[in-house]
Amino acid sequence: MSENLNLRVRIAFEKYGKIRFTSHRDVARIWERTLRRASLPVAYSEGFSPRPKLSFGLALSTGHESDAEYLDVELDSDRVDEDFDPEALVADLTERLPVGMSVTAVALIDRSTTSLQQAVTSCTWQIDVVDVDADTVAEAVARALAAENLIVTRERKGKEVTDDLRPLVLSLDVKGPIEAHNADSVIGVRLLAELGTQPRAVRVSELLATLDPPLTERRVVRLHQWIQNDDTDERSDPLSAAVSPAPAGAT
Amino acid sequence: MTTLWTQLEPLLPQVQKPARYIGCEDGMQTPEHGPGIVSWLLIYPDTYEIGLPNQGLQILYEIINERPDGAAERSYAPWTDMEAAIRQERIPLFSVDTHKPAGEFDVIAFNLSAELTYTNLINCVDLAGVPIHSAARADNDPLIGVGGHCTYNPEPIADFVDFVVLGDGEEAVGDITELLREWKQAGKNSGTREGLLRELSKVPGVYVPSMYEVEYDGEFLATVTPRYSDVPETVEKRTVADLGDWPYPKNQLVPMTEVVHDRLSVEVFRGCTRGCRFCQAGMITRPVRERPAEQVSKMISEGLQRTGYDEVALTSLSTADFSGIEQVIGQAVVDQGADQVSVALPSLRVDAFTVGIAAEIQRARRTGLTFAPEAGSWRMRQVINKLIREEDLYGAVESAFSQGWRRMKLYFLTGLPTETDEDTLGIAELARNCVKLGKTHKSSASVTVSVGGFVPKPFTPFQWFGQNTVTELNRKIGLLRDDTRRAKGVQLKWHDPKATLAEGITSRGDRRLGPVVEYVWRNGGTFQEWSEHFSYELWLEGMAAHDLDVDWYVHRHRTEQEVLPWDHLNAGLHKDFLWQDWRDALDELGLEDCRWTPCYDCGACTGYGIEHVVASATPPAGGSQGTGVDLASGGAVPVMLQPRPAQSTEGAEVPVS
Repeated sequence: MSENLNLRVRIAFEKYGKIRFTSHRDVARIWERTLRRASLPVAYSEGFSPRPKLSFGLALSTGHESDAEYLDVELDSDRVDEDFDPEALVADLTERLPVGMSVTAVALIDRSTTSLQQAVTSCTWQIDVVDVDADTVAEAVARALAAENLIVTRERKGKEVTDDLRPLVLSLDVKGPIEAHNADSVIGVRLLAELGTQPRAVRVSELLATLDPPLTERRVVRLHQWIQNDDTDERSDPLSAAVSPAPAGAT
Repeated sequence: MTTLWTQLEPLLPQVQKPARYIGCEDGMQTPEHGPGIVSWLLIYPDTYEIGLPNQGLQILYEIINERPDGAAERSYAPWTDMEAAIRQERIPLFSVDTHKPAGEFDVIAFNLSAELTYTNLINCVDLAGVPIHSAARADNDPLIGVGGHCTYNPEPIADFVDFVVLGDGEEAVGDITELLREWKQAGKNSGTREGLLRELSKVPGVYVPSMYEVEYDGEFLATVTPRYSDVPETVEKRTVADLGDWPYPKNQLVPMTEVVHDRLSVEVFRGCTRGCRFCQAGMITRPVRERPAEQVSKMISEGLQRTGYDEVALTSLSTADFSGIEQVIGQAVVDQGADQVSVALPSLRVDAFTVGIAAEIQRARRTGLTFAPEAGSWRMRQVINKLIREEDLYGAVESAFSQGWRRMKLYFLTGLPTETDEDTLGIAELARNCVKLGKTHKSSASVTVSVGGFVPKPFTPFQWFGQNTVTELNRKIGLLRDDTRRAKGVQLKWHDPKATLAEGITSRGDRRLGPVVEYVWRNGGTFQEWSEHFSYELWLEGMAAHDLDVDWYVHRHRTEQEVLPWDHLNAGLHKDFLWQDWRDALDELGLEDCRWTPCYDCGACTGYGIEHVVASATPPAGGSQGTGVDLASGGAVPVMLQPRPAQSTEGAEVPVS
C-alpha cells in the first residue's frame, strides 16, 4: 500500500432534531460506525492502536443544528473499487446514518487540500434568541456593531486571556420576530451572523454573552461554512473549494 | 399518545450530557400503545451510560415488542441536574424512546443488578408520579416489577414493589403480559388490583411480596407465610432450558453517545459450575447453558455488520470455559480479519492458554489484561473454591508479558471467611512476583491490584458468614498499603469499605430494612453507587432511626437453624448443599468443576429437569482449575458431559434474524 496514493473524499452533511444533543465526539463515533457499516475502505493509521483516518471540521456545539457540516475521509487506494462513485455515497451513507443526520454531497478532493480546520475562515449562523423583545435585540446588535471592540476574557491553560471578538463579527443582522417553539407566549427574535473562525472560531454563546444586554439562545443553526480565497477575493463552501479537477488515483 | 418531548427540549441545553435523554439509538423501537396492548417501561436505575448496555434489559425490550399484545420502552435514572430540572418544571419521568410519561405505562419494571441502586428505584417511581409504597397504589397505577440478580433477596424493597421475577425473564414476561392484558381489557376496574396480584403470584417465577405475611420472633425472622392457600409457599426461579432458542438481542441497541461497554455483546453461555463460593452469579444462574457455537459465530458476524462496531465481547461468567471457544474465535478471525475487529473476553480465566487466545484476538488493539485470582494464598483460594494455583497465575502473567502486554490488573477480595493477615499479605506477594516476571520483558511492566471488601450474598455457601467490619477492612487495606508502598510497579486500588457496609445492609436484610432504604432516599441519597454521592452517614442514621442494629444485620454469623429472609424463594440450590459447601469451605476443601466431574447434587439440574448444555463434548484446553489435572503437562480431563438435547440440534440452524 502506498499511502500517498490514498484517495480523500469530503463529505457534507446536516444535523437536525433530537440528534443535535450529541457532542462532536459522539458524531465522530457515529461516523466511524457508519463508514464501517457501509464497508467503505477507510485507511487506518499505523501503530499499536490503529485509528481510521477521518478528519472533522470545526466542532459544532452540542445542541446546535447544522446545514453545513464537513468531514474528510482517507480511503485505502488498494481496496477502493475501480468504479468507485462518490455520488453514490450520498444515499448509501444517509441510509446508514441515524435519523436527523443526512449526507448532502460527497466529492473526491485533492490530496494536498488544506484541512477543514485550517481552511475554513467563517461560518454563517441563524440564531434564535428568546425572552426578549425585538427593540432590545435591535439596540443590542446596533451597539455591538458600533463598538470598536468586544472584549471577552476566558481561561486558557489556567491563565486569563483577553480577546477582541469585534474583528471576527463579520456581519450581524436582525431578521425579525419569530414564533416560539411551543404555543406559549414567548416571542423570539431571529438573528443572522457571520462569525470568523481564524485564528479561532467565535462561539455563538460567546457572542451573545458580550452583547449589551446579553441574549439567551434557543435554536441555533449553522447555515454555511466559508473558505475565503484571498487571491480572487471570493468565498466558497468547503466542498466546491476543494474538489479536485480529476479523480486522481481512482484509475 | 402523550409525548413530553416539547417540554423536555428546552431543558436539555441546561443539563450535562443531554444525549442521555434523547433515545435515537440504532435499534430503538417506537411501539404502538393501545387498549389490547400491555405497555412496559423497562428501567435501569442508574445513568444512561451504565444502563444502556445492559443485555438483560435489551433482551426483554425485544421479546415484549415482538408480541402483538406487548409494547416496551426504556428509561434510565436521570442524573441529579436533570432530576432537578424536571421536578422544577413538574415533568414526570419519561421513556427515552417516545418520551411518554412513565405513569402512563401498565408496568414499570426495573433491572436490579446492584443493591446500592435501590434508592434510585424509589426515586424513579416517585418521579413517575406513582406512590412509592405498593400498598398505597390505586388500581390504575402502573405495576412496579423488578428482576435481576438482587431479586434473590428482594425483602428490603418488598414495600415498594408489586412483583418480583426470579431467574431468566425471557418466558416470564410473556406470562405476565398475558395476565395483564386480560386485566387491562376488563378495564382495570376498581378493587381488582389485589386479585390481579394474587393471580400474578401463581405465575411460575413470580413473587408477590404483599401476598406473604412475615412474622418475627424477637429480632429473628420466624415465618413467611402465604396469605392465601393458592399462593405458593416457595417461589421457584425461572430457567430458560436452551439459549439456542433465544438468540437475543437480535438488534442490539447502538447508542449515539458514549456508554460503558460501547461494543457488540454476544452471550455465549449462562450459568457457571466453577463453584466459587463467594460468587452469587455463579450459584443462582446454574445450570450451565451454552449457546451453540454456530449461533455465536452468526450473531458475531451479523451483529458487527449491522452495528458498525469494531469490537465484540463474548459474555458469560467465564468465557474461556465456553467449550466452543476455539471454533468461535477461529471463525471470527476468518470472518472479520483480526486487524479490523477485536474480541473482548470480559472474564478471563487465569492461565496461559487463555492469554494465548487473547493474543490471537486482540492483535488489532490491545488494552490491559485483567485477571481475578480473588485471594492471595492457596489456602484462601481453597476456602473460596477459586482453585487457581500460583503456577497458573505466573504462567498467565509470563505469557502475557512475553506477548507484548505491559500492564495488567489483578482483582482480589478481602474480608473473606477465615482470612488471616498472612492471606491478605499474600495479595501483595503475588503482585510483586508478577511485576518481577514482567520486568524480565519490559522495564516499565506494572500491575494494578484492585481490592474489594467481601459482601456475603444470598444463595451462596457464604450466606451464613458475618461480614468484616469497616474497621477490619480498613486495617487489612492498611496492611496492603504498607506492604506495597515500596514495591515499584505495584499500584494498589481499593473499594471504599463504607460502601461495602451499605451493600452488606441491603444484601441480606429483611423487610424491616424498607424504612431504612426509604430514609436514605428521602434524605437525598440517590446514586449511592457513585462515590461522589454515596453517604455512609445516611445509611447509619437510617438504621438508628428505625432501631436496627448494623452489627446484627451485617457482621453476625448466621446459624444453620436460622430462618433466612430468602428461604421462601428458591434459586434451585438445595439449602443442605450450600450448608455442606460452607462446612467444606471452613475445612479448606476445594470442589472441582462439576461439568467434568461427578454431580454434587447442588439441585440446579435435578430440580429443573435441565442438564448442563454444552456446545462441544470436549472440555476447553488449558488450566488446572476445577479439573484438578495439569493439562499443560499433558493430563487428561475426566469427561462426563451431557450433550445438547437432540431436538435443538436437529434443525440445521437456529434462526438469528
